[in-house]
Formats: sequence, C-alpha cells, structure tokens
Amino acid sequence: MGTFHHDRGALHGITVVVDTQGPRLYVGRCDTADPDGIVLLDVDVHADGDGGRSKDDYLRQVARVGHWKKHDRVVVATAEIASVRRLADIATD
Amino acid sequence: MPYDPNLVQPMREELSRIGVRELRSAQDVESFMTEKNGTTLLVVNSVCGCAAGQARPGVRLALQSDVKPDRIATVFAGQDLEATARARGYFAQFPPSSPSLVLFKDGEVVHFVPRHAIEGRDAMNVANDLVAAFHKYCKTTAAR
Repeated sequence: MGTFHHDRGALHGITVVVDTQGPRLYVGRCDTADPDGIVLLDVDVHADGDGGRSKDDYLRQVARVGHWKKHDRVVVATAEIASVRRLADIATD
Repeated sequence: MPYDPNLVQPMREELSRIGVRELRSAQDVESFMTEKNGTTLLVVNSVCGCAAGQARPGVRLALQSDVKPDRIATVFAGQDLEATARARGYFAQFPPSSPSLVLFKDGEVVHFVPRHAIEGRDAMNVANDLVAAFHKYCKTTAAR
C-alpha cells in the first residue's frame, strides 16, 4: 500500500544516477522522464574530481549510504545525458 | 506538507498491528532510544509507494524470523516531523532517507538500508536482507 503515480513513467519515484557527457553526475529521485529530459527531485550533484573523488568513487559511496540533497529539483536536458541508471544497480565494492 | 491523516493511518497500522511501536513525538523517540543495550530496529516509514510499499511487508516478514532485535519502533517521515528529525539525530552520519531501516546494537548503527536499496525490490528480498542482519547482530528471539 502506498502512493503511486503510474502515469509518470517507469522510473517515477526511483533514485537514479544521471551521468552526463561532461564532468557532472546527478543523483536524485526521478519525477518524470520524457524526450526533452529528466526531472529529478532531492538531488545531489558531483563533478568529477570534486573533493578528490572521481565519479566512480563518489558513486560507490552513495550506493552504500545514499546521497545528501543539495537541490530540490534539477532538470537535465536529454542532450546532456550520457546514461541513466538506478542507484540500486551500482556496485558498492 | 503532511498527507491527510486518514490516508496515512493504514500505513501506520500496517506496522503497529505487528507490534512495532509508533514514536509520534520527539519525546517518544528520546524515551525509546534511552535504552542502549541490545539491538533496536528503527523503521522510517513513509507514504512513498515505490519503496515503503515493499518496506512495510518486508519488515513484517522479517519479524517472523527466529532471531529478532530486542526492540522495534517506527517514525513516520513527512508526517511526524519532530519525531523523525529527532530519530535521524541518532544516525546523522547517513543522509536522510525515507523509507529506511536502521539496526542499532548497543546504541551504534550496525546496518542501514536506505530507500534506494528498497526501491524495485519485493518484500521478500527486503526481508531476507533484514533477517541476514538480524542473524549477524541480534541474539534474542523476542522483540518488545
């Protein structure tokens, strides 16, 4: 039992990792995904090398414990996106 | 903004009717967490269907295990705001996540299941993960 919004797409409500063609990586809860892009809620953003951590280093940590929200809402345009994965699918080792 | 209490009530009862103690205020949390000895499972409940809809039945299944934590309680994120904030103070090293499952041993977090580790899994998978943690960290057989 819970609140579902089946009309918002398969990833609605799922925590995803949106990697970009550039240095940035976004982690947040998917609100909507459509041909224009993806709308994320409660979002953290990591740039490759920030805090001495690569994208992979950052992802391994986030996959273990979750992410700290830095932004309420972020829209990532399709042209920027390299990949979208569920955070749960990222290996923690 | 909290949801309509009438909508949320069945989600509360899904846990309370299996003996999970509801902590509705910061004072409830303080009183409950005063006891540090032994093991405690804290369930951060939420309205989210994608994850909480599997977390609650997962907890129910896990509590059928022969090994269980000494104490089990729940706070409701987005509903009982002060209670949830106070509870999160006991595992502040982890990002806020709801739903989530936190197992303490002697007051220290020994197992944390964030929301993203519940999303997309079924209740049995959630339960199996919890039961494995119970067997690793808990010795007693009866929650109170």
